[in-house]
Amino acid sequence: MKRATRKTIVQAFGFLALRTAMFLVLAVLLLFLYDIGSKGHGAISWEFLSQAPRKGMTAGGIFPAIFGTFLVTTISAVLAVPLGMSAAIYLHEYARQTRLTRLIRLSIRNLSGVPSIVYGLFGVILFVNVMRFGTSVLSAGLTLGLMTLPWTITASEEALKTIPNSYREGALALGATKWQMIRTNVLPYAVPGMLTGTVLGLARAAGETAPILFTGAAFFLPSLPTSLGDQFMALPYHLYIMATQHHAILQVRPLAYGTALVLIVLVLGMNMTAVIVRYRLRRKQR
Amino acid sequence: MSSAENRARIQARNLNFFYGTTRALKSVSIDCHDRKVTAIIGPSGCGKSTFIRTLNRMNDVIAGARVEGEILLDGHDINAPDVDVVELRRRVGMVFQKPNPFPKSIYDNIAYGLRINGMKNKRKIEETVEKSLRGAALWDEVKDRLDDNAFALSGGQQQRLCIARSLAVEPEVILFDEPCSAIDPIATAKIEDLIEHLKTAYTVVIVTHNMQQAARVSDYTAFMMLGELIEFDRTDKIFTNPSQKLTEDYITGRFG
Repeated sequence: MKRATRKTIVQAFGFLALRTAMFLVLAVLLLFLYDIGSKGHGAISWEFLSQAPRKGMTAGGIFPAIFGTFLVTTISAVLAVPLGMSAAIYLHEYARQTRLTRLIRLSIRNLSGVPSIVYGLFGVILFVNVMRFGTSVLSAGLTLGLMTLPWTITASEEALKTIPNSYREGALALGATKWQMIRTNVLPYAVPGMLTGTVLGLARAAGETAPILFTGAAFFLPSLPTSLGDQFMALPYHLYIMATQHHAILQVRPLAYGTALVLIVLVLGMNMTAVIVRYRLRRKQR
Repeated sequence: MSSAENRARIQARNLNFFYGTTRALKSVSIDCHDRKVTAIIGPSGCGKSTFIRTLNRMNDVIAGARVEGEILLDGHDINAPDVDVVELRRRVGMVFQKPNPFPKSIYDNIAYGLRINGMKNKRKIEETVEKSLRGAALWDEVKDRLDDNAFALSGGQQQRLCIARSLAVEPEVILFDEPCSAIDPIATAKIEDLIEHLKTAYTVVIVTHNMQQAARVSDYTAFMMLGELIEFDRTDKIFTNPSQKLTEDYITGRFG
Protein backbone atom coordinates (compact mmCIF):
# COMPACT_ATOMS: atom_id res chain seq x y z
CA MET A 1 0.00 0.00 0.00
CA LYS A 2 2.76 2.39 1.00
CA ARG A 3 4.76 1.66 -2.09
CA ALA A 4 1.80 2.27 -4.34
CA THR A 5 1.35 5.69 -2.73
CA ARG A 6 4.98 6.53 -3.33
CA LYS A 7 4.69 5.47 -6.94
CA THR A 8 1.65 7.66 -7.34
CA ILE A 9 3.46 10.67 -5.92
CA VAL A 10 6.42 10.14 -8.24
CA GLN A 11 4.00 9.96 -11.13
CA ALA A 12 2.27 13.17 -10.04
CA PHE A 13 5.61 14.98 -9.95
CA GLY A 14 6.50 13.61 -13.34
CA PHE A 15 3.29 14.86 -14.89
CA LEU A 16 3.74 18.21 -13.18
CA ALA A 17 7.20 18.62 -14.68
CA LEU A 18 5.99 17.71 -18.15
CA ARG A 19 2.99 19.99 -17.89
CA THR A 20 5.16 22.88 -16.71
CA ALA A 21 7.52 22.42 -19.64
CA MET A 22 4.58 22.45 -22.05
CA PHE A 23 3.10 25.63 -20.54
CA LEU A 24 6.48 27.37 -20.56
CA VAL A 25 6.86 26.75 -24.27
CA LEU A 26 3.30 27.84 -24.90
CA ALA A 27 3.77 30.97 -22.79
CA VAL A 28 6.83 32.05 -24.78
CA LEU A 29 4.93 31.59 -28.03
CA LEU A 30 1.87 33.47 -26.78
CA LEU A 31 3.97 36.30 -25.36
CA PHE A 32 5.73 36.62 -28.68
CA LEU A 33 2.48 36.64 -30.64
CA TYR A 34 0.97 39.15 -28.19
CA ASP A 35 3.95 41.48 -28.52
CA ILE A 36 3.86 41.50 -32.32
CA GLY A 37 0.06 41.60 -32.38
CA SER A 38 -0.35 44.47 -29.95
CA LYS A 39 2.31 46.63 -31.58
CA GLY A 40 1.48 45.67 -35.14
CA HIS A 41 -2.28 45.66 -35.40
CA GLY A 42 -2.43 49.49 -35.44
CA ALA A 43 -0.58 49.57 -38.74
CA ILE A 44 -2.90 47.10 -40.44
CA SER A 45 -5.43 48.66 -42.75
CA TRP A 46 -6.76 47.98 -46.20
CA GLU A 47 -4.37 50.61 -47.50
CA PHE A 48 -1.43 48.91 -45.76
CA LEU A 49 -2.27 45.57 -47.39
CA SER A 50 -3.15 46.82 -50.84
CA GLN A 51 -0.77 49.67 -51.65
CA ALA A 52 2.90 50.20 -52.34
CA PRO A 53 5.20 52.01 -49.90
CA ARG A 54 5.44 55.78 -50.39
CA LYS A 55 7.69 58.62 -49.23
CA GLY A 56 10.83 56.54 -48.74
CA MET A 57 8.80 53.75 -47.12
CA THR A 58 7.60 55.95 -44.27
CA ALA A 59 4.04 55.76 -45.53
CA GLY A 60 1.82 53.58 -47.71
CA GLY A 61 1.60 49.80 -47.63
CA ILE A 62 3.44 46.57 -48.25
CA PHE A 63 1.49 45.02 -51.11
CA PRO A 64 4.55 44.52 -53.37
CA ALA A 65 6.26 42.61 -50.56
CA ILE A 66 3.20 40.37 -49.98
CA PHE A 67 2.95 39.76 -53.71
CA GLY A 68 6.68 39.03 -54.00
CA THR A 69 6.64 36.55 -51.14
CA PHE A 70 3.64 34.81 -52.66
CA LEU A 71 5.44 34.62 -55.99
CA VAL A 72 8.75 33.16 -54.73
CA THR A 73 6.92 30.69 -52.50
CA THR A 74 4.92 29.49 -55.49
CA ILE A 75 8.08 29.04 -57.54
CA SER A 76 9.78 27.12 -54.75
CA ALA A 77 6.68 24.91 -54.43
CA VAL A 78 6.75 24.17 -58.15
CA LEU A 79 10.34 22.98 -57.76
CA ALA A 80 10.20 21.30 -54.35
CA VAL A 81 6.84 19.51 -54.35
CA PRO A 82 7.07 17.26 -57.42
CA LEU A 83 10.81 16.71 -57.09
CA GLY A 84 10.70 16.09 -53.34
CA MET A 85 7.75 13.71 -53.47
CA SER A 86 9.23 11.78 -56.37
CA ALA A 87 12.58 11.47 -54.62
CA ALA A 88 10.85 10.21 -51.48
CA ILE A 89 8.81 7.67 -53.45
CA TYR A 90 11.96 6.45 -55.14
CA LEU A 91 13.92 6.22 -51.90
CA HIS A 92 11.18 4.47 -49.94
CA GLU A 93 9.44 2.30 -52.52
CA TYR A 94 11.97 1.53 -55.24
CA ALA A 95 15.55 1.93 -54.07
CA ARG A 96 17.14 -1.13 -52.50
CA GLN A 97 18.23 -0.37 -48.97
CA THR A 98 21.98 -0.36 -49.41
CA ARG A 99 24.83 1.61 -47.87
CA LEU A 100 24.45 4.10 -50.72
CA THR A 101 20.78 4.83 -50.00
CA ARG A 102 21.57 5.18 -46.32
CA LEU A 103 24.27 7.69 -47.23
CA ILE A 104 21.86 9.59 -49.49
CA ARG A 105 19.29 9.68 -46.71
CA LEU A 106 21.86 10.92 -44.21
CA SER A 107 22.95 13.65 -46.62
CA ILE A 108 19.36 14.78 -47.07
CA ARG A 109 18.88 14.99 -43.31
CA ASN A 110 22.07 17.03 -43.05
CA LEU A 111 21.01 19.34 -45.87
CA SER A 112 17.94 20.35 -43.90
CA GLY A 113 20.29 21.63 -41.21
CA VAL A 114 22.47 23.73 -43.51
CA PRO A 115 22.17 27.45 -42.60
CA SER A 116 19.97 29.38 -45.00
CA ILE A 117 22.70 31.88 -45.86
CA VAL A 118 24.69 29.00 -47.34
CA TYR A 119 21.74 28.21 -49.61
CA GLY A 120 21.66 31.91 -50.50
CA LEU A 121 25.30 31.90 -51.59
CA PHE A 122 24.85 28.61 -53.42
CA GLY A 123 21.87 30.14 -55.23
CA VAL A 124 23.99 33.11 -56.32
CA ILE A 125 26.57 30.80 -57.83
CA LEU A 126 24.23 28.28 -59.44
CA PHE A 127 21.16 30.23 -60.53
CA VAL A 128 22.35 33.82 -60.77
CA ASN A 129 25.79 33.23 -62.30
CA VAL A 130 26.14 29.76 -63.82
CA MET A 131 22.59 29.42 -65.14
CA ARG A 132 22.42 33.16 -65.85
CA PHE A 133 18.98 33.75 -64.39
CA GLY A 134 20.34 36.98 -62.86
CA THR A 135 19.13 38.41 -59.58
CA SER A 136 15.50 37.60 -60.17
CA VAL A 137 12.34 36.18 -58.70
CA LEU A 138 13.21 32.93 -60.53
CA SER A 139 16.66 32.61 -58.94
CA ALA A 140 15.28 33.41 -55.49
CA GLY A 141 12.35 31.00 -55.88
CA LEU A 142 14.62 28.17 -57.01
CA THR A 143 17.00 28.85 -54.12
CA LEU A 144 14.14 28.66 -51.65
CA GLY A 145 12.93 25.54 -53.43
CA LEU A 146 16.31 23.88 -52.96
CA MET A 147 16.19 24.76 -49.29
CA THR A 148 12.70 23.24 -48.97
CA LEU A 149 13.62 20.02 -50.80
CA PRO A 150 15.22 18.14 -47.86
CA TRP A 151 12.16 18.92 -45.74
CA THR A 152 9.80 17.74 -48.44
CA ILE A 153 11.75 14.54 -49.03
CA THR A 154 12.06 13.70 -45.34
CA ALA A 155 8.42 14.48 -44.55
CA SER A 156 7.23 12.52 -47.60
CA GLU A 157 9.34 9.52 -46.71
CA GLU A 158 8.02 9.58 -43.15
CA ALA A 159 4.48 9.68 -44.54
CA LEU A 160 5.20 6.67 -46.79
CA LYS A 161 6.61 4.81 -43.80
CA THR A 162 3.28 5.06 -41.99
CA ILE A 163 1.49 3.07 -44.73
CA PRO A 164 1.24 -0.56 -43.56
CA ASN A 165 3.05 -3.11 -45.71
CA SER A 166 -0.14 -5.15 -45.81
CA TYR A 167 -1.62 -2.58 -48.24
CA ARG A 168 1.35 -3.12 -50.52
CA GLU A 169 1.31 -6.92 -50.31
CA GLY A 170 -2.46 -7.02 -50.68
CA ALA A 171 -2.30 -5.05 -53.91
CA LEU A 172 0.62 -7.04 -55.33
CA ALA A 173 -1.12 -10.31 -54.52
CA LEU A 174 -4.05 -9.24 -56.72
CA GLY A 175 -1.80 -8.76 -59.72
CA ALA A 176 -0.99 -5.07 -59.39
CA THR A 177 2.27 -3.84 -60.85
CA LYS A 178 4.53 -2.04 -58.44
CA TRP A 179 3.58 1.34 -59.86
CA GLN A 180 -0.17 0.50 -59.77
CA MET A 181 0.30 -0.55 -56.16
CA ILE A 182 2.05 2.69 -55.27
CA ARG A 183 -0.33 4.92 -57.21
CA THR A 184 -3.58 3.37 -56.10
CA ASN A 185 -2.89 1.84 -52.72
CA VAL A 186 -0.02 3.77 -51.14
CA LEU A 187 0.01 7.36 -52.38
CA PRO A 188 -3.66 8.13 -51.70
CA TYR A 189 -3.08 7.37 -48.03
CA ALA A 190 0.36 8.99 -47.83
CA VAL A 191 -0.43 12.24 -49.62
CA PRO A 192 -2.05 14.01 -46.63
CA GLY A 193 1.10 13.49 -44.57
CA MET A 194 3.32 14.39 -47.51
CA LEU A 195 1.39 17.62 -48.08
CA THR A 196 1.55 18.60 -44.44
CA GLY A 197 5.33 18.27 -44.31
CA THR A 198 5.67 20.07 -47.62
CA VAL A 199 3.54 23.03 -46.60
CA LEU A 200 5.43 23.33 -43.31
CA GLY A 201 8.67 23.44 -45.30
CA LEU A 202 7.24 26.04 -47.67
CA ALA A 203 5.98 28.15 -44.78
CA ARG A 204 9.49 28.17 -43.40
CA ALA A 205 10.85 29.14 -46.82
CA ALA A 206 8.33 31.98 -47.11
CA GLY A 207 9.76 33.55 -43.98
CA GLU A 208 13.43 33.26 -44.96
CA THR A 209 15.57 36.30 -45.71
CA ALA A 210 19.08 35.03 -46.33
CA PRO A 211 18.42 32.87 -49.42
CA ILE A 212 16.68 35.71 -51.27
CA LEU A 213 19.03 38.44 -50.10
CA PHE A 214 21.55 38.02 -52.93
CA THR A 215 19.42 36.15 -55.41
CA GLY A 216 16.67 38.58 -56.26
CA ALA A 217 15.02 40.50 -53.43
CA ALA A 218 15.12 44.27 -53.72
CA PHE A 219 15.00 46.98 -51.11
CA PHE A 220 12.43 49.00 -53.01
CA LEU A 221 10.91 48.73 -56.47
CA PRO A 222 8.58 51.19 -58.11
CA SER A 223 6.56 48.45 -59.81
CA LEU A 224 5.57 44.83 -59.37
CA PRO A 225 7.63 42.14 -61.13
CA THR A 226 6.12 41.33 -64.51
CA SER A 227 8.37 38.46 -65.52
CA LEU A 228 10.41 35.73 -63.86
CA GLY A 229 13.56 37.71 -64.66
CA ASP A 230 12.52 40.73 -62.60
CA GLN A 231 13.59 41.53 -59.08
CA PHE A 232 10.95 41.60 -56.36
CA MET A 233 10.17 42.79 -52.86
CA ALA A 234 9.50 40.25 -50.13
CA LEU A 235 8.04 40.41 -46.63
CA PRO A 236 11.01 39.10 -44.63
CA TYR A 237 13.50 41.31 -46.46
CA HIS A 238 11.21 44.30 -46.19
CA LEU A 239 10.95 43.67 -42.46
CA TYR A 240 14.73 43.40 -42.18
CA ILE A 241 15.15 46.78 -43.90
CA MET A 242 12.44 48.44 -41.84
CA ALA A 243 13.82 47.10 -38.60
CA THR A 244 17.54 47.63 -39.08
CA GLN A 245 18.49 49.61 -42.19
CA HIS A 246 15.97 52.40 -42.56
CA HIS A 247 17.11 56.03 -42.19
CA ALA A 248 14.14 56.93 -40.03
CA ILE A 249 14.05 53.76 -38.03
CA LEU A 250 11.89 54.94 -35.11
CA GLN A 251 9.35 56.57 -37.37
CA VAL A 252 8.77 53.35 -39.37
CA ARG A 253 8.78 51.03 -36.35
CA PRO A 254 4.96 50.63 -36.33
CA LEU A 255 5.12 49.72 -40.02
CA ALA A 256 7.84 47.16 -39.22
CA TYR A 257 5.60 45.59 -36.59
CA GLY A 258 2.73 45.62 -39.04
CA THR A 259 4.90 43.82 -41.60
CA ALA A 260 5.97 41.27 -38.98
CA LEU A 261 2.33 40.63 -38.09
CA VAL A 262 1.40 40.08 -41.74
CA LEU A 263 4.32 37.68 -42.19
CA ILE A 264 3.43 35.70 -39.09
CA VAL A 265 -0.24 35.50 -40.04
CA LEU A 266 0.79 34.33 -43.49
CA VAL A 267 3.05 31.58 -42.12
CA LEU A 268 0.55 30.50 -39.45
CA GLY A 269 -2.14 30.56 -42.12
CA MET A 270 -0.12 28.18 -44.29
CA ASN A 271 0.47 25.86 -41.36
CA MET A 272 -3.22 25.89 -40.47
CA THR A 273 -4.07 25.10 -44.08
CA ALA A 274 -1.76 22.11 -43.90
CA VAL A 275 -3.46 20.87 -40.74
CA ILE A 276 -6.94 21.36 -42.20
CA VAL A 277 -6.08 19.70 -45.50
CA ARG A 278 -4.69 16.70 -43.66
CA TYR A 279 -7.72 16.50 -41.40
CA ARG A 280 -10.14 16.69 -44.34
CA LEU A 281 -8.33 14.07 -46.41
CA ARG A 282 -8.01 11.71 -43.45
CA ARG A 283 -11.69 11.99 -42.67
CA LYS A 284 -12.66 11.34 -46.26
CA GLN A 285 -10.80 8.04 -46.12
CA ARG A 286 -12.59 6.80 -43.04
CA MET B 1 -3.96 -39.99 -59.61
CA SER B 2 -5.03 -40.66 -63.14
CA SER B 3 -8.23 -38.64 -63.18
CA ALA B 4 -8.01 -35.12 -64.55
CA GLU B 5 -9.22 -33.46 -61.41
CA ASN B 6 -6.45 -35.02 -59.44
CA ARG B 7 -3.55 -33.77 -61.51
CA ALA B 8 -0.88 -31.70 -59.78
CA ARG B 9 -1.34 -27.99 -60.51
CA ILE B 10 1.71 -26.93 -58.54
CA GLN B 11 4.86 -28.98 -58.27
CA ALA B 12 7.69 -27.78 -56.05
CA ARG B 13 10.89 -29.62 -57.00
CA ASN B 14 13.94 -29.55 -54.70
CA LEU B 15 13.08 -26.06 -53.59
CA ASN B 16 15.72 -24.16 -51.63
CA PHE B 17 15.19 -20.69 -50.29
CA PHE B 18 17.73 -18.33 -48.78
CA TYR B 19 17.33 -15.14 -46.77
CA GLY B 20 20.86 -13.85 -47.29
CA THR B 21 22.93 -16.77 -46.04
CA THR B 22 20.16 -18.36 -43.95
CA ARG B 23 18.67 -21.37 -45.68
CA ALA B 24 14.95 -21.31 -44.91
CA LEU B 25 13.87 -24.16 -47.21
CA LYS B 26 15.91 -27.31 -47.77
CA SER B 27 15.12 -29.31 -50.88
CA VAL B 28 11.37 -29.21 -50.42
CA SER B 29 9.26 -31.12 -52.95
CA ILE B 30 5.49 -30.91 -52.66
CA ASP B 31 2.69 -31.42 -55.20
CA CYS B 32 -0.51 -29.45 -54.83
CA HIS B 33 -3.40 -31.13 -56.64
CA ASP B 34 -6.19 -29.50 -58.58
CA ARG B 35 -9.44 -29.11 -56.63
CA LYS B 36 -7.85 -30.42 -53.49
CA VAL B 37 -6.74 -28.70 -50.32
CA THR B 38 -3.08 -29.10 -49.44
CA ALA B 39 -2.18 -28.15 -45.87
CA ILE B 40 1.31 -27.24 -44.68
CA ILE B 41 1.81 -27.77 -40.96
CA GLY B 42 4.78 -27.54 -38.65
CA PRO B 43 6.17 -25.66 -35.66
CA SER B 44 6.91 -21.92 -35.83
CA GLY B 45 9.88 -21.09 -38.01
CA CYS B 46 9.70 -24.35 -39.98
CA GLY B 47 9.48 -22.50 -43.29
CA LYS B 48 5.81 -23.11 -44.03
CA SER B 49 5.04 -19.42 -44.63
CA THR B 50 8.23 -19.02 -46.66
CA PHE B 51 7.15 -21.98 -48.77
CA ILE B 52 3.67 -20.69 -49.54
CA ARG B 53 5.03 -17.23 -50.34
CA THR B 54 7.35 -18.69 -52.98
CA LEU B 55 4.30 -20.03 -54.82
CA ASN B 56 3.17 -16.54 -55.91
CA ARG B 57 6.67 -15.08 -55.69
CA MET B 58 5.67 -12.82 -52.83
CA ASN B 59 9.20 -13.23 -51.49
CA ASP B 60 10.56 -11.35 -54.51
CA VAL B 61 10.15 -8.12 -52.63
CA ILE B 62 12.47 -9.19 -49.81
CA ALA B 63 16.00 -7.87 -50.27
CA GLY B 64 18.64 -10.60 -50.35
CA ALA B 65 16.15 -13.44 -50.90
CA ARG B 66 17.06 -16.18 -53.38
CA VAL B 67 15.26 -19.24 -54.74
CA GLU B 68 16.83 -22.45 -56.06
CA GLY B 69 15.00 -25.38 -57.55
CA GLU B 70 11.76 -25.40 -59.48
CA ILE B 71 8.16 -24.48 -58.90
CA LEU B 72 5.99 -25.63 -61.76
CA LEU B 73 2.52 -24.23 -62.30
CA ASP B 74 0.79 -26.43 -64.89
CA GLY B 75 4.25 -27.62 -65.87
CA HIS B 76 5.79 -24.17 -66.39
CA ASP B 77 8.52 -22.87 -64.09
CA ILE B 78 7.18 -19.75 -62.41
CA ASN B 79 10.70 -18.43 -61.83
CA ALA B 80 11.62 -18.61 -65.52
CA PRO B 81 12.74 -15.26 -66.93
CA ASP B 82 9.82 -15.02 -69.35
CA VAL B 83 7.19 -15.33 -66.62
CA ASP B 84 5.23 -12.16 -65.88
CA VAL B 85 5.12 -12.05 -62.09
CA VAL B 86 2.11 -9.72 -62.18
CA GLU B 87 0.07 -12.22 -64.21
CA LEU B 88 1.33 -15.05 -61.98
CA ARG B 89 -0.01 -13.28 -58.90
CA ARG B 90 -3.35 -12.75 -60.58
CA ARG B 91 -3.56 -16.48 -61.27
CA VAL B 92 -2.29 -17.47 -57.82
CA GLY B 93 -4.25 -15.47 -55.25
CA MET B 94 -3.25 -15.06 -51.63
CA VAL B 95 -5.06 -14.52 -48.35
CA PHE B 96 -2.83 -13.26 -45.57
CA GLN B 97 -2.44 -14.08 -41.90
CA LYS B 98 -3.96 -10.85 -40.67
CA PRO B 99 -7.03 -9.64 -42.53
CA ASN B 100 -5.74 -6.75 -44.64
CA PRO B 101 -8.70 -4.92 -46.12
CA PHE B 102 -7.79 -1.65 -47.81
CA PRO B 103 -9.12 1.54 -46.21
CA LYS B 104 -11.83 1.76 -48.84
CA SER B 105 -15.49 0.85 -49.00
CA ILE B 106 -16.46 -2.82 -49.05
CA TYR B 107 -17.40 -2.42 -52.70
CA ASP B 108 -14.13 -0.74 -53.67
CA ASN B 109 -12.10 -3.39 -51.89
CA ILE B 110 -13.47 -6.00 -54.27
CA ALA B 111 -13.51 -3.72 -57.30
CA TYR B 112 -9.86 -2.78 -56.70
CA GLY B 113 -8.43 -5.93 -58.25
CA LEU B 114 -10.80 -5.66 -61.21
CA ARG B 115 -9.85 -2.07 -61.91
CA ILE B 116 -6.09 -2.63 -61.73
CA ASN B 117 -6.57 -5.52 -64.14
CA GLY B 118 -8.24 -3.17 -66.57
CA MET B 119 -11.98 -3.79 -66.14
CA LYS B 120 -13.86 -0.59 -66.89
CA ASN B 121 -17.44 -1.70 -67.50
CA LYS B 122 -19.42 -0.62 -64.44
CA ARG B 123 -22.13 -3.26 -64.83
CA LYS B 124 -19.55 -5.99 -65.12
CA ILE B 125 -17.68 -4.74 -62.05
CA GLU B 126 -20.95 -4.66 -60.10
CA GLU B 127 -21.80 -8.21 -61.12
CA THR B 128 -18.33 -9.48 -60.24
CA VAL B 129 -18.40 -7.77 -56.84
CA GLU B 130 -21.68 -9.50 -56.00
CA LYS B 131 -20.49 -12.84 -57.34
CA SER B 132 -17.25 -12.63 -55.35
CA LEU B 133 -19.01 -11.65 -52.13
CA ARG B 134 -21.44 -14.55 -52.61
CA GLY B 135 -18.48 -16.82 -53.29
CA ALA B 136 -16.97 -15.81 -49.97
CA ALA B 137 -20.31 -16.26 -48.14
CA LEU B 138 -20.37 -12.59 -47.19
CA TRP B 139 -23.01 -11.16 -49.53
CA ASP B 140 -25.99 -11.51 -47.20
CA GLU B 141 -24.16 -9.77 -44.38
CA VAL B 142 -22.97 -6.76 -46.38
CA LYS B 143 -25.31 -6.32 -49.34
CA ASP B 144 -27.05 -3.34 -47.70
CA ARG B 145 -23.86 -1.54 -46.76
CA LEU B 146 -21.46 -1.94 -49.64
CA ASP B 147 -20.44 1.70 -49.30
CA ASP B 148 -19.36 1.32 -45.67
CA ASN B 149 -15.68 1.32 -44.92
CA ALA B 150 -14.26 -2.20 -44.79
CA PHE B 151 -12.71 -1.46 -41.40
CA ALA B 152 -16.22 -1.40 -39.94
CA LEU B 153 -16.49 -5.18 -40.48
CA SER B 154 -15.57 -7.72 -37.80
CA GLY B 155 -12.25 -9.56 -38.07
CA GLY B 156 -13.83 -12.69 -39.52
CA GLN B 157 -15.87 -10.66 -42.01
CA GLN B 158 -12.74 -8.76 -42.99
CA GLN B 159 -10.97 -12.03 -43.72
CA ARG B 160 -13.88 -13.24 -45.86
CA LEU B 161 -13.77 -9.87 -47.61
CA CYS B 162 -10.11 -10.53 -48.40
CA ILE B 163 -11.08 -13.95 -49.75
CA ALA B 164 -13.78 -12.32 -51.89
CA ARG B 165 -11.22 -9.80 -53.07
CA SER B 166 -8.93 -12.52 -54.34
CA LEU B 167 -11.83 -14.45 -55.92
CA ALA B 168 -12.78 -11.36 -57.92
CA VAL B 169 -9.71 -11.50 -60.17
CA GLU B 170 -10.52 -15.13 -61.03
CA PRO B 171 -7.43 -16.92 -59.79
CA GLU B 172 -6.85 -20.63 -60.38
CA VAL B 173 -4.98 -21.26 -57.14
CA ILE B 174 -5.66 -19.68 -53.76
CA LEU B 175 -2.98 -19.59 -51.08
CA PHE B 176 -4.02 -19.17 -47.46
CA ASP B 177 -1.24 -18.11 -45.09
CA GLU B 178 -2.58 -18.96 -41.61
CA PRO B 179 -5.90 -17.29 -42.44
CA CYS B 180 -7.54 -17.97 -39.09
CA SER B 181 -4.75 -17.12 -36.68
CA ALA B 182 -6.17 -13.66 -35.96
CA ILE B 183 -9.88 -14.49 -35.71
CA ASP B 184 -12.27 -16.17 -33.29
CA PRO B 185 -13.44 -19.84 -33.41
CA ILE B 186 -16.88 -19.15 -34.90
CA ALA B 187 -15.42 -17.03 -37.68
CA THR B 188 -12.78 -19.73 -38.15
CA ALA B 189 -15.50 -22.35 -38.66
CA LYS B 190 -17.08 -20.17 -41.35
CA ILE B 191 -13.79 -19.82 -43.18
CA GLU B 192 -13.17 -23.56 -42.97
CA ASP B 193 -16.61 -24.18 -44.51
CA LEU B 194 -15.71 -21.71 -47.19
CA ILE B 195 -12.41 -23.46 -47.96
CA GLU B 196 -14.28 -26.75 -48.19
CA HIS B 197 -16.54 -25.13 -50.76
CA LEU B 198 -13.76 -23.33 -52.67
CA LYS B 199 -11.92 -26.53 -53.42
CA THR B 200 -14.69 -27.55 -55.80
CA ALA B 201 -13.40 -24.88 -58.17
CA TYR B 202 -9.85 -24.00 -57.13
CA THR B 203 -6.55 -25.46 -56.09
CA VAL B 204 -6.14 -24.53 -52.44
CA VAL B 205 -2.97 -24.43 -50.36
CA ILE B 206 -3.22 -23.55 -46.70
CA VAL B 207 -0.55 -22.94 -44.10
CA THR B 208 -1.78 -23.50 -40.59
CA HIS B 209 -0.33 -23.94 -37.13
CA ASN B 210 -3.57 -25.58 -36.10
CA MET B 211 -3.36 -29.35 -36.67
CA GLN B 212 -7.08 -29.90 -36.16
CA GLN B 213 -7.71 -27.38 -38.88
CA ALA B 214 -5.41 -29.21 -41.26
CA ALA B 215 -7.15 -32.48 -40.41
CA ARG B 216 -10.59 -30.93 -40.98
CA VAL B 217 -10.08 -29.06 -44.23
CA SER B 218 -7.28 -30.69 -46.17
CA ASP B 219 -6.91 -33.67 -48.50
CA TYR B 220 -3.12 -33.68 -48.40
CA THR B 221 -0.84 -32.60 -45.60
CA ALA B 222 2.83 -31.69 -45.60
CA PHE B 223 4.66 -31.68 -42.30
CA MET B 224 7.72 -29.43 -42.22
CA MET B 225 10.39 -28.83 -39.63
CA LEU B 226 13.42 -26.52 -39.68
CA GLY B 227 13.03 -25.88 -43.39
CA GLU B 228 12.77 -29.55 -44.32
CA LEU B 229 9.82 -31.52 -45.55
CA ILE B 230 9.50 -34.41 -43.10
CA GLU B 231 6.46 -36.10 -44.57
CA PHE B 232 3.91 -35.47 -47.27
CA ASP B 233 0.90 -37.70 -47.80
CA ARG B 234 -2.87 -37.93 -47.77
CA THR B 235 -4.21 -36.14 -44.72
CA ASP B 236 -5.92 -39.24 -43.26
CA LYS B 237 -2.66 -41.14 -43.54
CA ILE B 238 -0.62 -38.38 -41.87
CA PHE B 239 -3.02 -38.12 -38.96
CA THR B 240 -3.77 -41.80 -38.41
CA ASN B 241 -0.71 -43.64 -39.56
CA PRO B 242 2.29 -41.39 -40.20
CA SER B 243 5.39 -43.12 -41.47
CA GLN B 244 7.85 -40.78 -39.75
CA LYS B 245 8.45 -40.77 -36.01
CA LEU B 246 8.83 -36.96 -36.02
CA THR B 247 5.42 -36.52 -37.64
CA GLU B 248 3.83 -38.78 -35.08
CA ASP B 249 5.49 -36.91 -32.21
CA TYR B 250 4.28 -33.59 -33.60
CA ILE B 251 0.67 -34.53 -34.28
CA THR B 252 0.34 -36.25 -30.92
CA GLY B 253 1.53 -33.05 -29.28
CA ARG B 254 4.84 -34.27 -27.97
CA PHE B 255 6.47 -31.06 -29.19
CA GLY B 256 5.61 -27.94 -31.16
